[in-house]
Amino acid sequence: MKPLFAGIKSRPLYTGVAIDHAASHHIWAVEGGGVSKLRAILTGDATHLLAASTILVTGDQAAATCEFYHQKQADSCHHMQTVQNLVTRLAVMLSTARMGLRLYVLGSEDFIGQVAATAQRQGIDFDDMRTEQCGSLARLVQCVHCKGMIDHVTTNIVPCPHCGIQLFVRDHYSRRLGAFQGVAVNAEDPSAIPTIEEIYK
Amino acid sequence: MALDFRQETFRDDFSFRNSPHAISRFPFPFWEDQYMYSINIEPHTAGKPGSVYEFPIDIDEHYLAEMHDRALVLREDPLRCQSLPHMITAEWDLLELLMESLARDYPDHFALSRDGDHWHWRNRPMKIEQKFTFGNVATLPYPPMEYITRQCQGDFCLIDQREGNLWLDAGMVTTQADWSLDFDLGMNFMEWHGPVPIAHEIGVMERALKYLMAIQVGRPVRRLNWTMTINPRLDTSPENYHKWGADRLTVTPANVGEKLHLRVEVQGLWRLPRSNAIVFSIRCYLISMNELVTVKKWGRRLPRVLKSLPEDIVTYKGLTRYRQTAIDWLARYDDGGVTSSGGDPD
Repeated sequence: MKPLFAGIKSRPLYTGVAIDHAASHHIWAVEGGGVSKLRAILTGDATHLLAASTILVTGDQAAATCEFYHQKQADSCHHMQTVQNLVTRLAVMLSTARMGLRLYVLGSEDFIGQVAATAQRQGIDFDDMRTEQCGSLARLVQCVHCKGMIDHVTTNIVPCPHCGIQLFVRDHYSRRLGAFQGVAVNAEDPSAIPTIEEIYK
Repeated sequence: MALDFRQETFRDDFSFRNSPHAISRFPFPFWEDQYMYSINIEPHTAGKPGSVYEFPIDIDEHYLAEMHDRALVLREDPLRCQSLPHMITAEWDLLELLMESLARDYPDHFALSRDGDHWHWRNRPMKIEQKFTFGNVATLPYPPMEYITRQCQGDFCLIDQREGNLWLDAGMVTTQADWSLDFDLGMNFMEWHGPVPIAHEIGVMERALKYLMAIQVGRPVRRLNWTMTINPRLDTSPENYHKWGADRLTVTPANVGEKLHLRVEVQGLWRLPRSNAIVFSIRCYLISMNELVTVKKWGRRLPRVLKSLPEDIVTYKGLTRYRQTAIDWLARYDDGGVTSSGGDPD
């Protein structure tokens, strides 16, 4: 029988980070596995592009990445300690951005979601960004009960660190929140102990 | 005709009941002895006197109790009422639509006088009197959508139309069948219907979207939706699922007549004149199995419909745990006779 859920209707498509040559400035938000993709597309000899590029990078390879792009004379490259720091700085940059800016996002779905939600609050719609999912399939999850956010969820079920409810991670995604929905997994029968599996590695 | 408002609750002791009159006008949603997904949209024109379709906005004997329940929900969870900033014009449009409808159709209970932008609103059942300036948010105690929907039965969503799609950008949602306004706010039509089974695959969503985008001012439409709810609980939100989910295990052959309720939503859609947004109203009617089988045709038909449901629909509507108990209990009301087409009692 044909599966009824042929994909997650509310989940965005990540269609890749092809360079927009019409843009006058480029901001690159990069996390974890996104670094190697960045290095492949924003190469050291792309002089004009580098001069018009601001890079915000977080994760294991952030320091080395910044070092590389400083040497190659990118307009600026920011080594951010955490995703939260990156998103905070990006929000300020976007709030004063001018026409002609293009935002590229490379990293886990969790990361893209957080950047997208921030960008949307600054008036940049999802389809105006260029996104590429790289590395981990980890999810950002909103607990529907207490509204707390849980980042880097790799399992089908996760205890909410805010309110303690065991949440099932649904395939239902909010771009506004940049998050999947988590709903109590055994509310109907609290004695049912669900099997926890790591499925979003 | 003056309505007689019941004192009752939708939580704790669940004292909600339908009068014989309310049962006779219940919008029974099954037109035949089996069920399948369809768009089932029709013009929202005036129905028979006394029916839930007599007026565009139906106010009934549960009005005051429902408004009290809404206030309780909002006190615990203000996120049930949200509106994105660009929806303020649509909020005023909605306030006009509801005030005009109520004052015109229930003059014993509501009154509206307008002198340019100076409006005077009276809601006698709720003992509210308000003079305000239309278009000036500061002259009302709440933003316009929240103000009027605290005084009108039914959930309300305001839907923006742009980029060839519909966007769920505002709402007052306290009586919902397990969906979250806070999560779905800002989604487009395909996104917020993402979890609905079957419909996408058979093309229902594409056709529905096309149809809804063509709705014109002054030509509202409606459709019915349904599910089942344990206890007459209006607030079956995902936010509170951890509190009501376990109710589904409490249905037994002895209590199913009292505990199990058919929950029908009359969904209305209006184009708004200033904002070009669409109002999506979701008016919930509840009826217990005991009340439902007092209408012979419904007692015959409901067990047949429940038997015919595809598994995906059963799962999506959350009926799995008690469907068989309901079918077994209802079977004694099905004498095998022929039922007439349409949902109304014979």
